[in-house]
Amino acid sequence: MSQISRSAPSIPMLLAIGIPIIIALGFLPRFIGLYQTELLIYGFTFAIAALGFNLLLGYTGLLSFGHSAYFGMGAYTVAFIVRDLHVQSMELCILGGVLASLVISAIFGYVCVRHTRIFFSILALALSQVLWSLAFKFFWITGGTDGIRVPRNRITLVGGLFDFTGSGAYQRFVYSYYYYVLVIFLIAVVIMWIIVHSPFGKALQAIRDNEVRAGFVGVPVQRFRWLAFVISGTFTGLAGALWVPLNGLTTPDILYWPFSGEIVFMTVLGGFRNFAGPIIGAISFNYLKVYAVAGSQYWQLVLGSVLVVLVMLMPTGIVGTLGRIARMLRRG
Amino acid sequence: MALLQTIELKRYFGETRAVDHVNLSIEEGEFISLVGPNGAGKTSLINVISALLEVESGQILFRGEDITRTTRTERVRAGIARSFQLVNVFDDLTTFDNVALAIFSREGKTTHLAKLAHLDHAVTEEADTVLSQFGLAAKRNDNARDLSQGERKLLDVALAYALKPKLLFLDEPTSGVSTRDKGQIMDTIASVVRGEGITAVIVEHDMDVVFKYSDRIVVMAQGTPDEIRNNEQVAMTLLGSADTSAFARKD
Amino acid sequence: MDTLIIQTLNSIFYAAVLFLIAAGLSLIYGVMRIVNLAHGTFYALGAFVSAWAVGAVFGASSTGGLALIGQLLILPIGALAIAAVGAVIEPTLLRPLYGRPEEYILLVTFGLLMILDDVMKLVFGGTPLSAGSIMDGMGSIRIGGLLYPAYNLIVIAIGIISAVGLWAFIYRSRFGVILRATSQDRRMASALGINVGRIYVQAFAIGCFMAGLGGAVVVPAQAAVLGMGVDALILAFVVIVIGGLGSLEGALVGALIVSFVRTAGIQFFPEIELAVLYLIAAVVLLIRPTGLFGRA
Ligand SMILES: Nc1ncnc2c1ncn2[C@@H]1O[C@H](COP(=O)(O)OP(=O)(O)OP(=O)(O)O)[C@@H](O)[C@H]1O
Ligand SMILES: [Mg+2]
Repeated sequence: MSQISRSAPSIPMLLAIGIPIIIALGFLPRFIGLYQTELLIYGFTFAIAALGFNLLLGYTGLLSFGHSAYFGMGAYTVAFIVRDLHVQSMELCILGGVLASLVISAIFGYVCVRHTRIFFSILALALSQVLWSLAFKFFWITGGTDGIRVPRNRITLVGGLFDFTGSGAYQRFVYSYYYYVLVIFLIAVVIMWIIVHSPFGKALQAIRDNEVRAGFVGVPVQRFRWLAFVISGTFTGLAGALWVPLNGLTTPDILYWPFSGEIVFMTVLGGFRNFAGPIIGAISFNYLKVYAVAGSQYWQLVLGSVLVVLVMLMPTGIVGTLGRIARMLRRG
Repeated sequence: MALLQTIELKRYFGETRAVDHVNLSIEEGEFISLVGPNGAGKTSLINVISALLEVESGQILFRGEDITRTTRTERVRAGIARSFQLVNVFDDLTTFDNVALAIFSREGKTTHLAKLAHLDHAVTEEADTVLSQFGLAAKRNDNARDLSQGERKLLDVALAYALKPKLLFLDEPTSGVSTRDKGQIMDTIASVVRGEGITAVIVEHDMDVVFKYSDRIVVMAQGTPDEIRNNEQVAMTLLGSADTSAFARKD
Repeated sequence: MDTLIIQTLNSIFYAAVLFLIAAGLSLIYGVMRIVNLAHGTFYALGAFVSAWAVGAVFGASSTGGLALIGQLLILPIGALAIAAVGAVIEPTLLRPLYGRPEEYILLVTFGLLMILDDVMKLVFGGTPLSAGSIMDGMGSIRIGGLLYPAYNLIVIAIGIISAVGLWAFIYRSRFGVILRATSQDRRMASALGINVGRIYVQAFAIGCFMAGLGGAVVVPAQAAVLGMGVDALILAFVVIVIGGLGSLEGALVGALIVSFVRTAGIQFFPEIELAVLYLIAAVVLLIRPTGLFGRA
């Protein structure tokens, strides 16, 4: 199995790779047009969700089939703030969404980390479905299956500096939101990268590899699992908060467990044994799904087949497989 | 005051009397060998003292304090560390990260999540020192999974040692290692442990090793002390020795 | 009073269907330690196949006693078809993954769920499909001043027969002994000369058969619709979590608990009816991880 990091990461080398990518991403909207830009924003938001999810799967060894709950919590909180509190500032909305998902993942996580393996997965799933059923049933609050609209013209970015009313609002929204999400995405990547390379991150990996021995070197296993869960849920909540204005609408679908399955899918597609795996996976999954939906009425058939083939033939995902090919080329 | 004292410590598995009212006293600075035939309960005794298994009855005193009901992590914090008979390391971490984690944990630094682990030079240097003490420096960046059996065994011991415990239990540190490497590993362990003034209890079947390194030998076996003295297998293992200063009483 | 009886009958009807689905899921977990996320979709597929078969053979409007008996005899085709699907899937998709971390099985069955969902759409169209002619043909019985469909009683009977049959099969038959031996210790079983591979494919097929049977018996009463499988899976999870993963008695008691709570929920607290069920499952997992009847 390919490894998350074999030796200490070299920061100059990361910057040498990262800065050109960031610059390219900065200029990209000029070349790819409105629709592609929008797709990329979706990709970034899902990447944040998958990055958070993978702190649990890839680094702590816990497979959550309930991360829809935290994504949905972020999204619905933003929708409530905009609709009921008439707040316009996206920053306040994000703050609210992140706090709400932090609280709910702290509660759910406290319960879930009492178990591991399949029991953990089912528990996470059952709890996420509590939220789904509430969103579904309390329609006078949540809009039921119709969901809640979050119109773009009700939102401003960077403390009111950018608003989206009047002519050309849609276009202006997409281009400014692209940079807005890109910056937050990059911050999220840096934070997560630091976490997984911190002593805490090493302790999580130790728990993943061997929880008994982790206890015997003095790591408080359950408490650390809980912390990882909270961080993970909060990242996914941030993703949900950023996703809402883009989608313009939040519905119970994003709380329903198959959406949790999609987050798992993204992560495995990229490769959960690599830091970059969930990022690449989420962006690729978004394209895959969008084009499958556009191309065929039977897009689930396409996605499902991809997943099955992936698991059977490329279990290390895109990044893991590319890494292996690169190593093979270097050797031979 | 003894560093560690067990009083009538008991743990059965159904009919199997693995730890049968053991009274054991360990003084500070000793290097003790714990011997006995297969299935005598040596590993079980360590498991109970290190809180891998729950105590059924009896007491464990560490530096005079009753620790019978404390958790695993609390005992590690108090200064009791152990290695494992069957290798128990972090397979997908590098050899370096295995040891570094133990040091971070000892220093209370595992809660640091906004600092990069490899930039903590004090810990990095210490981890590298431990690795070279155990002859693992060359395998620094290899995953623990890819080490040889002997190296994995050493890493298992290094993990416990890196916690700088007051009391260290080593459960057959040389099992599964070729006889050629055995002496080298034991030399390493003995010098490192004595150098730090760590009190050590080592489970070992090879009597040459036992006699060469230990200050005191503790025998564990099923039965009453008389039966044990007359036990052929025990006698065999201790052949030529009158230095059995202590018996773990099991009756 | 009459409504109480009807509500009770409804709960038992619902419990019978849930038991069939959950017992299959639980059997597969018990023997093979795998969780099949496509299990609910197998239930839906069973419903579609049975409804389609009944409609294809008899048309929509055939009536009369003989036609009714014929339709009832055709109904189990859904269950058989799903058993066959299971017998194909286990050796091809699942077996290669047994040596790998259990996450991979979850993922493959999730992929299977997506695939089968669309296969149903492709084959049967997006519209609901029902075998309502059976329900209509059987008429109703009078309970006090109210009418109750006679067919529902048949489903209840099938549920009871399946429970007893499955119990006898697992605890009284030779195959059951082998099954239980395999579930307890796979390596030991194979050392004793048991063909574990064959046991696995049979156990998986039986589990799938149960899901398909659930779909087959429900479809005269409720039309098969896309998406019914995804809902059913989660309820079946709740059932086996309450009863204990891998336990047959647990599936039975769990199904009854879930059904009665649900019926009461719809009556008295409709908004949180589902939430309550999921919370019960979570609480059981917390305080009694092995469920009411499960062993560690
Ligand atoms: N977890 C357990 N469950 C049941 N029985 C156990 C367990 N652990 C140990 N035993 C039994 O307790 C007895 C003592 O085992 P233990 O491993 O402590 O012996 P040991 O002295 O370490 O032997 P060895 O030299 O072979 O390592 C054995 O009979 C063993 O089978
Ligand atoms: Mg032993």
